[in-house]
Amino acid sequence: MPVSKLVGARVKRHEDPSLMRGLGVYVDDVKLPGILHVAILRSPHAHARIKNIDANAARQRAGIIAVFTGREIKDEIGTIPTTADNPTLRIPPHRVLAADKVCYVGEGVAVVAAEDRYAARDALDLIQVDYEPLPVVTDPEKSLTPNSPVIHSEWPDNLAFSWQQEQGDIAGAFKQADRIVKQRLVHQRLAPIAMEPRGVLARYLADSKDLTVWSSTQIPHLLKTHLAQMLNLPENHLRVIAPEVGGGFGSKLNVYAEEALLGYLALKLNRPVKWIEERQENIRATIHGRGQVGEVEAAVKKDGTILGLRYKVVADIGAYHQLFTPAIPPFTGLMLSGCYKIPAIAIAVKAAFTNKMSTDAYRGAGRPEATYVIERLMDCVARELRLDPVKLRQKNFPKSTEFPFKTATGLAYDSGNYQSALAKALELAGYGKLRREQERLRGRGRYLGVGVSTYVEICAMGPGFWEYGKVEVEPGGKVNVYSGASPHGQGQKTSFAQIVADQLGVELDDISVIHGDTALVAKGIGTFGSRATAVGGIAVYQAAEKVKEQARELASHFFEVDPDDLVFSDGKFNVKGVPRKGLTIRQIAHQAHGATNLPGNLPRELAADATFEPANFTFPFGTHICVVEVDPQSGRIEIKKYIAVDDCGKVINPLLVDGQLQGGIAQGLGQALFEEIVYDENGQLLTGSLMDYAVPRAADMPRLKLARTETPTPVNPLGIKGIGEAGTIGSTPAMVNAVADALAPFGVTHVDMPLTPQKVWRLCRRAPGAGARR
Amino acid sequence: MIPASFDYIAPKSLAEVIRALADHGEDAKLIAGGQSLLPLMKLRLVNPGLLIDIGKISGLNGITQQDDKMVIGALATHYQIETSALLKTRCPLLCQTARAIGDVQVRNRGTIGGSLVHGDPAADLPAAVLALGGKLRINGPSGERFHDAEEFFLGPMTTAIKANEVLTEIHVPAAARRSGCAYLKAPQQASGFAVLGVAVALQTDSKGRCEDIGIGVTGLGEKPFRARAVEERLRGNKLSAKLIEASTALVSEGVDPLEDLNAAADYRAHLARIYAARAVQAAAKRLPGRAR
Repeated sequence: MPVSKLVGARVKRHEDPSLMRGLGVYVDDVKLPGILHVAILRSPHAHARIKNIDANAARQRAGIIAVFTGREIKDEIGTIPTTADNPTLRIPPHRVLAADKVCYVGEGVAVVAAEDRYAARDALDLIQVDYEPLPVVTDPEKSLTPNSPVIHSEWPDNLAFSWQQEQGDIAGAFKQADRIVKQRLVHQRLAPIAMEPRGVLARYLADSKDLTVWSSTQIPHLLKTHLAQMLNLPENHLRVIAPEVGGGFGSKLNVYAEEALLGYLALKLNRPVKWIEERQENIRATIHGRGQVGEVEAAVKKDGTILGLRYKVVADIGAYHQLFTPAIPPFTGLMLSGCYKIPAIAIAVKAAFTNKMSTDAYRGAGRPEATYVIERLMDCVARELRLDPVKLRQKNFPKSTEFPFKTATGLAYDSGNYQSALAKALELAGYGKLRREQERLRGRGRYLGVGVSTYVEICAMGPGFWEYGKVEVEPGGKVNVYSGASPHGQGQKTSFAQIVADQLGVELDDISVIHGDTALVAKGIGTFGSRATAVGGIAVYQAAEKVKEQARELASHFFEVDPDDLVFSDGKFNVKGVPRKGLTIRQIAHQAHGATNLPGNLPRELAADATFEPANFTFPFGTHICVVEVDPQSGRIEIKKYIAVDDCGKVINPLLVDGQLQGGIAQGLGQALFEEIVYDENGQLLTGSLMDYAVPRAADMPRLKLARTETPTPVNPLGIKGIGEAGTIGSTPAMVNAVADALAPFGVTHVDMPLTPQKVWRLCRRAPGAGARR
Repeated sequence: MIPASFDYIAPKSLAEVIRALADHGEDAKLIAGGQSLLPLMKLRLVNPGLLIDIGKISGLNGITQQDDKMVIGALATHYQIETSALLKTRCPLLCQTARAIGDVQVRNRGTIGGSLVHGDPAADLPAAVLALGGKLRINGPSGERFHDAEEFFLGPMTTAIKANEVLTEIHVPAAARRSGCAYLKAPQQASGFAVLGVAVALQTDSKGRCEDIGIGVTGLGEKPFRARAVEERLRGNKLSAKLIEASTALVSEGVDPLEDLNAAADYRAHLARIYAARAVQAAAKRLPGRAR
């Protein structure tokens, strides 16, 4: 690797000047002549048979161009895809509009295309749907019991799939144990709530038979492939554009009904059609995250050695699978070992259909659940054995020399030094002093809690998930970088430019990073799983390396020397020992473009692409420490201190990493403290607007103390691991551990999330004796 | 979030507004800042045929002192109230309470009149106006009348204002020399509305005894109310911690506490006691000569 100038520098985001001035172009900002506006009629019932739909009154209304019911277009559009390699998987047909039966509140039953949004919305009120309500099940555990209402008649047990894995001598571990520590844990459903809801615009050009779909998506290329199948269109006549995308958090890592439906309408009506999701639709009809209920047990020795772990979990799938729904719970299973040496681990997942929106990937996607399980469990074990939770963790860490570290779940952690991240966090927090302070305040009836979470997570979706990059130098010397990753807020326009600028010795401002358009970027996978930089960035890096080699060959031709006699420094190729004469990349591109006597084996232009597929995942890690004070009278929690020491390998841009952590921690605290999607037993959504569903806001955030250790990964040439989700993964258990610790004098060992004041108050109230020792 | 279609007028005078109300009856709705009405319309829970925008009427957003009372125009925004230099010295309880409403955008648009007539059982300002013993000036076809704030709130989203009337002014007494106040609220995390809010306006005599006290409670029951029983126990007495605790225990007496996702009835009632006690203590601490 060359000596870097920009990689590692705090470069301000290139994206921000336009976004901050409101100049960013999102789906809703794309205007086309003759556009129609689409509204979707959604089911108010969680489970009901559709006896009849009468859309005549809506069709006759002025300004209404078309109304289609689910029944009418049942066979015209393919079903919504799901992907998973699981033989037990049951896939109910998931249509873009329900035809005969609705299975959750918010499921589409009819679509209206109108001259304006007002007419479209008014028409919804004119469509008469005759529903016959059916019995509802919303609790995933109840759904798997014999007397539950049945959601899909093909599978009366409501089991969507199962997945289990057992490695090591589980029975032996539990036999040898001095103590068995059990805890039931609930991972409540969350709504991802991207700042920009979803939106789709579709345009069909009848002469060329080209369909273009603009969608607020994280995966334009995957979406194109799936849409081609759903709409039965040749892929080379389909183009997907993800313009500015206002956040996704995994919720836009999907193929949604509306994306196919709008494509269909554009084809059918031969006019551009646009649908912009409203926030209430967003909470009902965009995937939810988490939704697991499990019981974990640990077999432990008196000295704190963990011998084995068993986890039985029921995953709340919702009524249908979305794209990666079945992949999320197994992800939890794989990461259950956390950052500990646990010789035997058994996991059993049962996934239940429920009359609710689907769950799927939400920031962390299975790993926050795993981390929460193991990190809550470590605290429960520490409490049971009367050990300091930090010492218990240290005792079970693998040494930094033990990497690659194999877990009993079948993963090989690439690199790590868990001790050093923990030590740094303890020092920054002043852990010893905090414990003394806690003891002192308890004596005065004040309840401080210290929560530690040492996490490891899995990133960069390795084998099987590649990414594409291309770098080209224009004849005038400007550089275009193309990536199949599809950033939607993460800032890779900046970080990819940093990578390429260092490689080619060009100015940052001379580099354009292009992404999110299947017509401009030959192929790609997209942005999710903290992979855009650790996989996509590497593809870009490798393409830039190739361009540099092309430049070297051309320079050797222009200088008439052997390529090995050239050195590249300060952005120039020089002949060894002749530093004053040199050619920049820009000069080489220009000369090659106009050269008249270029030998056939030399490239005419500086342009190369690369596809990078890592051989393994990467495993970022770190320690988060949260300090809270609980007011037992009101149940309210105040965060006094928050320290995060994260290790994501090599850092391209510390500003971007800090930003990812701040946002990630905010969402992690959101889950711990406020957020919960609540359906009542009739399947009605009780938290269907932002007046009821509490997302964390700036004022809710504590001041964060962020620090890093740096343990590069051997998995890729830049040593980078990914940081998009670590904040969310590490923070939630730190928070809950802190509150459980604060409430120890009340005899509380565990609190289920979200830690609402009411819940905390009840725990304090039913306490055996305030002031008791921990 | 697209409302059904409606007509819109923006009269320049109060007389025109009252005439328009008389002409259109229940089909018409007044709009000022729109912070309560517009969300309801966008959800199509309310579908008025006519919106009468009173925002263009001049002279209804003033904040002035008339002798020993403060007169606040119904169109004064929460932000105006929060930042009014006059109120900061003469009626700080209103500033404190206005500051606790929503966010900056809401406070920039929302008005005190709109908040009061909307009658949301979890709104902030009613608690303060009740604690202050406010009077509301209401104009209608037969002229103007004054209504005690205490008799104004009748139930959820229901007040004593009639469909042909307009709330024009809020009158509250200017703070006496030895007075302290506080508004404390346990906000609903998502909306910021009060799961429970208590406003206290306290006045003491030269010996530090409670000469007069007003306690307004919001969020607890189906309408904001004045905690008379607590006030009576405190009036004329020294505000000892013990007395505060004993008296505020009565705050939820006779009230049927609301129950929702955020707080069951017992928790709300408990919060009312805790917040009432803390608000009285905070008001006592803000008495001149103590915390100034």
